[in-house]
Amino acid sequence: MPPLLEARGLTAGYGETNVLHGIDFAVEEGGVTALLGANGAGKTTTLRALCGMIRRGGEIAFAGQRIERAATEDIVRRGVGHVPDGRGTFMELTVEENLRLGAYTRRDRAGVAADIARLFDYFPRLRERLRQQAGTLSGGEQQMLAIARALLVRPRLLLLDEPSFGLAPLIVRDIFHILRRINTEERMSILVVEQNASLALDLADHAYLLETGRIVVSGTAAAIRQDEAVRRSYLGY
Amino acid sequence: MNGLLHQIASGIASGAIYASVALALVMIYQATHHVNFAQGEMATLSTFVALTLIHAGVPFWGAFVLTILLSFALGVVVERILMRPMMNAPVLSSVGVFIGLLLVINALDGWIFGFTIKSFPSPFHAAHPLLGGYVSPHEIGETGLTVVVLTLVWLFFRYTTLGLAMRAAAYNPVSARLCGVRVNRMLGLGWGLAAAIGAAAGIMVAPVVFLDPNMMSGILLYAFAGALLGGIDSPLGAVIGGFVVGVLENLFGAYVVGTELKLTVALMIIVAVLLARPAGLFGRAVQSRV
Repeated sequence: MPPLLEARGLTAGYGETNVLHGIDFAVEEGGVTALLGANGAGKTTTLRALCGMIRRGGEIAFAGQRIERAATEDIVRRGVGHVPDGRGTFMELTVEENLRLGAYTRRDRAGVAADIARLFDYFPRLRERLRQQAGTLSGGEQQMLAIARALLVRPRLLLLDEPSFGLAPLIVRDIFHILRRINTEERMSILVVEQNASLALDLADHAYLLETGRIVVSGTAAAIRQDEAVRRSYLGY
Repeated sequence: MNGLLHQIASGIASGAIYASVALALVMIYQATHHVNFAQGEMATLSTFVALTLIHAGVPFWGAFVLTILLSFALGVVVERILMRPMMNAPVLSSVGVFIGLLLVINALDGWIFGFTIKSFPSPFHAAHPLLGGYVSPHEIGETGLTVVVLTLVWLFFRYTTLGLAMRAAAYNPVSARLCGVRVNRMLGLGWGLAAAIGAAAGIMVAPVVFLDPNMMSGILLYAFAGALLGGIDSPLGAVIGGFVVGVLENLFGAYVVGTELKLTVALMIIVAVLLARPAGLFGRAVQSRV
């Protein structure tokens, strides 16, 4: 079976500057793939390129269709949920309105209501804060809101941009635990970008290591964990 | 005392017009962070279209609805053809386009419809003086209609999914796209709505101030003062600001500076707001925690 997402020779950049210099990677249906790397390696750029938020080249196939020329809105409508860098909260709107926007493309009201109820199981805090202005949520709550919003699109693939960023360790543990549940219980395919390699490798089954816009190591999470270079530079032991 | 009540009542009536135009300005500002200087001229053009339709024998309310629809289309077209290519351009380029649009429409109005001042029919009549004769039937009807329009706009943004998507596209276009919202289409809709609101204001004010190509230039200034007073990023503030400016303008004109200097009131308000409270009365910094 071909992978759910496959990028070949993916390049991307901002203005005149190229950040990605032709990378190949894939996400298997139902699997969790991690993109690791230091600051500035091109992790966020990769996710933005997948969703057509920046200039990009090369080939991207998603669910058997090429999407490298599609607009962001259309890529989302084809089933890619993106939890962006900085969480993308609509600060001025309420939590409830943020969730309604997540379900904007859907017409099945009953299905949306059921999904929201199920998401409250994962994120009970959101239910308590439903009428609150989203800008007043804590960082962790905003991260939960961002994940819930992306899941309400009913995606086949969830892209996560540094879900641990700026959060206290206990909250990070919670969120990764929930992500694990979402992967197993909903059979959600996930592509996660993380600086915290150890955390990401616990969640992932496959991983790629990015260095200055090129993939330098790839393999199963277990194999990457054993890799000498990764261990010394990114796991710190 | 009678004079004072009269001044306040007609201040509210003109305030309704300023409130509409201020709302149109704020809607575009929220979505694009630009002030559409051509908002008033677009409304004048719409009013000329309405007058032409009425002269051609279309009943007043038929002409009103038709003009609103045409103005909506004009707004969408202006956004698509002129503003879309400017999306990533520097601010000054956009300002240049707005001013160019103002001059072009102003000249077109005169060229097509003539520069002479024209009277415009009012749909509101009454056999007897209303409310003790403090206000004219037109003032009552015009204020009522404006309040209905503003309420509909509010309900649309507050309670419909499309309204929510338009707000989301204005606040955070990147996130809106990631929710599948077609942001460009929302911008076009916003321009259309703003132009339609402006057209309603133009048709309602024309019977009072008479129609000529420069009809809206002073009104735009008052509306801008109202928008700033309320807070340029607050639709509700813009509406309240518009009414306040209308009343202040009339009172100052009658009792303080005289009618010749009325327009200075608008400028004074603009300067005072910018000096004392640049965010306006209702504009506020968004609370956020990181």
